[in-house]
Amino acid sequence: MLKFICPYCQVEADETELTPGGEAHLKRMGPGSSDQEFYNYLFERKNPRGIHFERWLHSYGCGKWFHVVRCTKTMEVFGTYSAQETNPPKKILDIVKQRISFGKKIK
Amino acid sequence: MTSRFSKGGKLIDRTKRLSFRFNGKNLFAYGGDTLASALLANNQVLIGRSFKYHRPRGIVSSGIEEPNALVSLGSGGNFEPNRSATTIELFDGVEATSQNHLGSLEWDVGSVNNLISKIFPAGFYYKTFIYPRFAWKHIFEPTIRSAAGLGKAPKEEDSSSYDYFYAHLDVVIIGGGITGLVAAKNLAKSGLKILLVEQKHFLGGYALSEEFKINNSNSFEFIKKLENELSDFENIRVKKNFSIIGIHDHSYLIGSENMEQMERNSQSSIRQRLWRIRAKHVILATGAIERPLVFAGNDIPGVMLCSAALEFYKLYGVSPGDRVVVLTNNDSAYSSVIELFNAGISVPLVIDVREKSDGNLPLKAKKLGIRVEFSKAISKVIGKKKVKAVELCSVVGEGAVLETIICDSVLMSGGWTSTLNLWSHCGGKIKWDSKLNTLVPDESFPSINEFGRSFITVLGSADGKFWPSDLFANIEKKLNILYSELNLKKTKTIRYDIDKSIKGETSSIFCVPEAADENLKAKSFVDYQNDVKLTDLRIAAQEGFESVEHLKRYTTLGMATDQGKLSNINGIKILANLLGKEINEVGTTTFRPPYTPISLGSIAGEARKELFKPIRRTPIHNWHQENGAIFEPVADWQRPYAYIRNNETLEEAIHREVKNTRNALGMLDASTLGKIIVSGSDAGEFLDLIYTNMMSSLKPGRCRYGLMCNENGFLFDDGVVVRLDEKTFLCHTTTGGSDRVYSWMEEWHQTEWWDKKVFIQNVTEEYTQITIAGPKARLLLEKLGGLKVDNVNFKPLDFFEGKLGNFEARVFRISFSGELSFEIAVPSKDGIAFWMRCLELGRDLDLTPYGTEALHIMRAEKGFIMIGDETDGTVIPQDLNLEWAISKKKRDFIGKRAHERIFMQDINRKTLVGLSLQNSTKKIPDGAYALKSGGKGAKDVLGHITSSYFSPTLDKPIAMALLKNGKALKGQIVDIPIESGNILKATVVEPQFYDIEGKRQNV
Repeated sequence: MLKFICPYCQVEADETELTPGGEAHLKRMGPGSSDQEFYNYLFERKNPRGIHFERWLHSYGCGKWFHVVRCTKTMEVFGTYSAQETNPPKKILDIVKQRISFGKKIK
Repeated sequence: MTSRFSKGGKLIDRTKRLSFRFNGKNLFAYGGDTLASALLANNQVLIGRSFKYHRPRGIVSSGIEEPNALVSLGSGGNFEPNRSATTIELFDGVEATSQNHLGSLEWDVGSVNNLISKIFPAGFYYKTFIYPRFAWKHIFEPTIRSAAGLGKAPKEEDSSSYDYFYAHLDVVIIGGGITGLVAAKNLAKSGLKILLVEQKHFLGGYALSEEFKINNSNSFEFIKKLENELSDFENIRVKKNFSIIGIHDHSYLIGSENMEQMERNSQSSIRQRLWRIRAKHVILATGAIERPLVFAGNDIPGVMLCSAALEFYKLYGVSPGDRVVVLTNNDSAYSSVIELFNAGISVPLVIDVREKSDGNLPLKAKKLGIRVEFSKAISKVIGKKKVKAVELCSVVGEGAVLETIICDSVLMSGGWTSTLNLWSHCGGKIKWDSKLNTLVPDESFPSINEFGRSFITVLGSADGKFWPSDLFANIEKKLNILYSELNLKKTKTIRYDIDKSIKGETSSIFCVPEAADENLKAKSFVDYQNDVKLTDLRIAAQEGFESVEHLKRYTTLGMATDQGKLSNINGIKILANLLGKEINEVGTTTFRPPYTPISLGSIAGEARKELFKPIRRTPIHNWHQENGAIFEPVADWQRPYAYIRNNETLEEAIHREVKNTRNALGMLDASTLGKIIVSGSDAGEFLDLIYTNMMSSLKPGRCRYGLMCNENGFLFDDGVVVRLDEKTFLCHTTTGGSDRVYSWMEEWHQTEWWDKKVFIQNVTEEYTQITIAGPKARLLLEKLGGLKVDNVNFKPLDFFEGKLGNFEARVFRISFSGELSFEIAVPSKDGIAFWMRCLELGRDLDLTPYGTEALHIMRAEKGFIMIGDETDGTVIPQDLNLEWAISKKKRDFIGKRAHERIFMQDINRKTLVGLSLQNSTKKIPDGAYALKSGGKGAKDVLGHITSSYFSPTLDKPIAMALLKNGKALKGQIVDIPIESGNILKATVVEPQFYDIEGKRQNV
């Protein structure tokens, strides 16, 4: 069972306390967008075996949405940050770089 | 025969006599016995029948790995099938019965399968039952179904209780053998919070039986001392009868604590407790399991693992037989041989498949005068329900008999397999070590935690350190890694002084004789519980099932309740031999939780009956209950469906409620409707994005019906929005939708439009809401007093907040029934008082409470839609003729872009229509299909019925339906097929049946 630290209330929350919300950093397509753009926004989702940016809701906690960077293969968690960041913070991307260890030997 | 020695048995208390029953026979045992040791002490060698061939089977092992000795335990509400006799700590009055036989255990009719075993080869399901075709349904399938499964499923409700326990720990040590205890001792002073768990009912593991010298005492005394020392540390908790059944992501462990004994002695009200554990680190000290050897007749009762025989003797004082022949491919068997020989059991022969061994133990056995034959094997075991003799042969060759040796027990040892299931649950890889002849953890690919660090440390025999002198070989290095993972200072590891002994290598031979003929192979069992034989594996390999995963599923090797704890490795080795590959190339099957079976009851825990799911009740619930309400669940709520009076039928009650509301006055508990406050300077703008309608233009003091779509454009909730004041809106939602809509608004506010200054609050349970509907509604409000309720001062869709009688109230003039109607919200604390006040004032107005069915009928008569009836997640508002509620002025709202998609404008979309039945008093079944008149089959389906009722107002059935291009069908006849080939003919009409102009509600 996964656990993440909620960046709002700092609680280390079990998966049962949380609700998954799919891929993060989607750009909403509204009126005026092309059919293809809108189709991609509705249906095209990344599903990588590796590093993934996700939305989670601390539903049985503070009620806030937040972002998680984790590896879907090893279940490593690189960090959590506010849902109001439109791009992942550099600090967390640096951690990802440092820990690229998937498939390689882990010391 | 198996029997109890007059002395000895470290775990039994001979002063405590227990009585138990096996297949109705009264037997005796001692405190501390397992069911298996007690049965052996009573010379009960035959315990059960095998799955496929109904072959007689006895006890093979002494632990959780037991494939054969499965019994049903208890009766009635205590009944539990497939319990292994080797893991049941006996208590007074245990009632056990054998399984899987037609007729008695001794004379099983099903054993005819054994004679015709040739028709049950590997994959027989796919081969034997193909022809004749008709026979599958009428003969094969019913027969197979009745034969499937070992024990019977319980018939009565489980009378025991179960619960959950949560623990957050630093270290969990899995395994209470000598390795686990030593690890705990080493960590004791660190102050870490430690849980040490042992699946058996005693600590010490195999070191209690196979004794050795450690720090100048013997291992038994050493363990007792260690156990005492550990009990002094407050940071260490030791639990017996406790299995870790799974290790999951982010070091989450599931444990199962068996408290059966305590429950029986009334020391606990719980039978099993499920532990959910978060640990920073895990130490696997899970030990190893001895492997059987594969030879003809290796399943006959009386054939047992060497280690099991030693445990039965040392721990329970039980002998495995009077004349014991031993077959081994390694040195460890000799410690059992020596102990049993010294106990006075006759050991006519030890058969060793190896050419030689220079180990201390075989030398010692020879010195005692025990006959040891190297390079020999067993051709076959003679006996049916019991071992009678063995035939000696050479390891090489077909198994020509050199000598027949009379015996009543055969002990075997095929080497040891490290127990690494838990290492793998979270992704850790394992590899085969051909030198040690076992699986070892591949530490380059461990299970890792959320920080990307390995969190499992494997110690002792689980790490392939089977011999006492090797047991702690790596412990210092490994514990130091653990210290650094937990950011602790390195501590000196305690040193242990263990006698070094020379041991011979384990042979890779495990299947004898090497060139056994077909007859022998057909009686050589690899998997006991599922009756998988050497010949089955050969057939599977020949047919191309070369992957272990395929082999497993085709032959059912390792698929039974024991999950192949004894058979997996032998099966993989055989496959590797057949394919001419290395074991590491063939690979192992994936280990998955649970490691040992647990009862479903413990997974359910306390979530049974009324505790299964919380129920939401309105403040008026008790009154409903006392006044004949029949409840229906709506989301988590219990709502009155109708109130039954005197001797009414349900239908009569519903019709009375509708008619009374239409003709006089009705009252509904509508408290369950969702109520969400959206406030702030941007509230109007925000709601414009959420609803399809324009909400920012709503005037304070006014109400507006609104729709909500998702980004796909599909309608998902509706309700009346009230503008309480300039900055505050109250959004009503459906009963089931309150939490969903609240979360929906929060999600959009937090993740897309966080710049909007709004605050969202779910106040659903803060208010009791009551609908007063009917021609006399205004009279009741006048009687309550405080509000000018005439049609000029309080128009349709007006809102009032203030005192209504003595109650702080909000009054909305909205109607879902089509009658003159007011919805009144009072604070929940006043709910029941307000309801009673209305009843009192309404007595001479013929006021009658009505339930949800009357509500539904009245809204259907008016053609109002119901979310979940007319919508199903694929319906857009336009399909329901609700274009009027979709703003054309707004630049954007959720769903607007989707409505522009070409699919949403397809003329063939299903649209809402009404259906009128000719000359029928019966309603159309809900959900029925509507077809073109005279149509047949799927191509002619037009749509389906969404709502269907008998209207007491119109005295005829009415229905709504979603039909392809419904607008064009008006006036046409459609077919509605119902049961037994009958077809109802219905006319497509407008989906409004009553007071289409809305005269009744606007008075």
